[in-house]
Amino acid sequence: MRKAGARGLLAMLRERWDRPLFFSLACASLVALGLILFFIFREAAPVLREIGLGGFFGRVWNPAGEPVSYGALPMIVGSALVTLAALLVAVPLGFAAAAFIAEVAPRWMKDVAKSVLELLAGVPSVIYGFFGLMIVAPALQNAFNLATGRTALTASVILAIMALPTIASLAEDALTAVPNAYREASMALGATRWQTIRNVTFPAAFSGLIGASILGMGRAVGETMAVLMVAGNAPQIVASLLKPVRTLTGAIALEMGETALGSTHYHALFALGVVLLVITLATNGAAEWFRGRLARKHGR
Amino acid sequence: MVAEATATARVRSLDATRAWLERNLHSTSILDVERFSFYYGKEQALRDVTLGIPLDGVTAIMGPSGCGKSTLLRAFNRMNELYPATRAEGTIRFLGQDLLKADPVAVRRHIGMVFQRPNPFPKSIFDNVAFGPRVHGERGRARLAELVEESLRRAALWDEVKDHLKKSALSLSGGQQQRLCIARALAVRPSVLLMDEPCSALDPKATDRIEATTRELAQELTVVIVTHNLQQAGRISDHVAVLLAGGVLAEFGPTKAVFADPSCDQVADYLCGRFG
Amino acid sequence: MIREITAETEKRQRAAQRVAFALLAMSTLSAFLALGAILYTMFANGAEAISWQFLTEFPRKLMTEGGIYPALVGSFYLTAGALFLALPFAIASAIWLSEYSRGGLWVRVIRVGVNSLAGVPSIVFGLLGLAFFVKVLGFGVSVVSGALTLALLILPILIRAGEEALQAVPMSFREGALALGATQWHAVRTVVLPSAIPGILTGAILGISRAIGETAPIMFTAAAFYMSRLPETLSDKVMALPYHIFVMATESPNYWKTRDLQFGAALALLGMVLLMNLGAVVWRARVRRRKQW
Repeated sequence: MRKAGARGLLAMLRERWDRPLFFSLACASLVALGLILFFIFREAAPVLREIGLGGFFGRVWNPAGEPVSYGALPMIVGSALVTLAALLVAVPLGFAAAAFIAEVAPRWMKDVAKSVLELLAGVPSVIYGFFGLMIVAPALQNAFNLATGRTALTASVILAIMALPTIASLAEDALTAVPNAYREASMALGATRWQTIRNVTFPAAFSGLIGASILGMGRAVGETMAVLMVAGNAPQIVASLLKPVRTLTGAIALEMGETALGSTHYHALFALGVVLLVITLATNGAAEWFRGRLARKHGR
Repeated sequence: MVAEATATARVRSLDATRAWLERNLHSTSILDVERFSFYYGKEQALRDVTLGIPLDGVTAIMGPSGCGKSTLLRAFNRMNELYPATRAEGTIRFLGQDLLKADPVAVRRHIGMVFQRPNPFPKSIFDNVAFGPRVHGERGRARLAELVEESLRRAALWDEVKDHLKKSALSLSGGQQQRLCIARALAVRPSVLLMDEPCSALDPKATDRIEATTRELAQELTVVIVTHNLQQAGRISDHVAVLLAGGVLAEFGPTKAVFADPSCDQVADYLCGRFG
Repeated sequence: MIREITAETEKRQRAAQRVAFALLAMSTLSAFLALGAILYTMFANGAEAISWQFLTEFPRKLMTEGGIYPALVGSFYLTAGALFLALPFAIASAIWLSEYSRGGLWVRVIRVGVNSLAGVPSIVFGLLGLAFFVKVLGFGVSVVSGALTLALLILPILIRAGEEALQAVPMSFREGALALGATQWHAVRTVVLPSAIPGILTGAILGISRAIGETAPIMFTAAAFYMSRLPETLSDKVMALPYHIFVMATESPNYWKTRDLQFGAALALLGMVLLMNLGAVVWRARVRRRKQW
């Protein structure tokens, strides 16, 4: 007590106020999230009045046309198409890489591979887009003899590369979280390492693997620049991967710069943002739940 | 490869294996350990251990904690090498063949193991027991069902679980889980069953049942058990090996003889210290 | 009797394992190949363009000649501003989560907030920046708006890195200090935080490298297509390297004329980001290895 008195009132205050101070600063991320939710929804709200929910989920997106039409379905379908096609490649590849890193590779190779995944995840999306535009698009254009190389397929290829490190490293976490006791039990029964991976480790890590895939999906849906640069951006509902598509993110990035603040078009683009936000928050929540389930199941 | 001799051991009874051993190797030991040393990185866990695990009965490995008794047990089915930077020296012969040069997967198909903590897979009771036969290529449903029942009976668990084989193994009590793990190991039909302090996580009643089961099993196969519990060793083992700090084998012989008249002071101290 | 494992079954199982492991290894290799292909393409096509002039000159002739100087400087302003704004909040959040919170509802709520924020697509941050910083707060399309937007974006990254760094400090350090009668804040300030500094800095580097490469959040909040001068005040627009790459690649009037410039700019960005990431990864590994507590 005497010491505190000697240090003065200021010191005492500082000692007493540290907890509430840090707590209030820790709420910054909540504030940020709140701001995002509030403003995106607020700016999107006029859509309900000006276009209506039915109009917004219509099949034609033509902000400059006669008549003007703000149907978001082409972009929703475009995002879904591109994302699912990317996951079709990235999930198996990511699981396989995760299994290799977690269960097969020797220590040094494990460290190298994890670093490569980390570096790959760190490459800016505009570089992926640039790479896709310069290399992948022309290659696919030649291979399939297309009018343009900027297609849903191109975007899927690039997205698959981008989702790979996310999925692989989260899946690796899930596999590593499987208790060693399971592996030992399996090996002690004379299972080979591969049989152990297939029959014990993968099933035990299942919910974590699902979580990894869902999180990868969320990332892919929200990816903007790379997709914008290579998807071709035609707002049409297509049934083929070889046609250009416009995604939710692509539409916002492409059109927001050309629209007047406060116009119906502006609000419609925010409404696309709402769709995007809802999808990504839902996938995020689902992924966390699955990953948490894995942890709960194995008592950690 | 261990294949030929063990194939013989597998299909024959203990008597037949004993005859085979006497005829071909003039020995009664199923596992012959010779000048075996083991290292974790630079740390030596076992020092020049030499002993022969008899074909008949239960052999207990004892010693203070950290003396390397689990390491010795895990050397018999090559489980130590699942971890990096381990190294073995010397030889271990299983039915006359060098274990350390054999394929570890093949070794584990002949030498089963039960772990310290029950570690059933997060699968159904049936799938747990059927796991071994399945990875060894058994696909027939009827055959699997038969094996599962037989193994659960041998592990004295059948009556308790026969009506809910589809239930998750994790819903069983600790003692039941450990007997399930025994059944799981038996379903592969090993010649030797290794038990690594199988009762240390269990209550006295569950321990009793495991001990009784172990005695039963010793009629049909070789059991090697690690235990830190002297009473338990006295109750269930026929032979006992005592390791001391530093991984040195200090004593090996029939349990009664060792307990009655330990050959060296350190072992006597260990035994007395425990008995108080 | 159980079916005997014949030599043939054993052989088949071993072959299956070999094939399976080869496939797993090849999948892992695909990540190496992707990184290699990107690096190779950028170096092979962009290395020639990079020179001292390229890095220190303004673009000329409708951006068909000259360098990337204003884009580099702009990216530096935006990134430094974002880090400056986000780091105090992030460190404080990490300290609260790791040192002061005692479990309970608020921890869960804040964690959900951080995780959700990390999952929000970068373009949505751009939308928020436009609606809030540019429009409502009236900062306009400017360095401030861009830096604020990027700050929100890297906040969760910095918080997670900070928390991880603090968690890595062993409990015994805190107990040692607290047992001597230190207050919590004193223990944090004198014992915990200093031990966690390397980890926090690693996180900061990762945050910078993320912020410097982001395009979508600054498209409508800060970035200019072309500026003939550097920004003079915080309310000026700026050129930024990733946005520069984007507009050159998609809106450049003469592809062949600017191809080298484009690859040069891409290589400059990729080089910076990868060097920072590599540095952070290597440094983190060294810190972890050295501190055997």
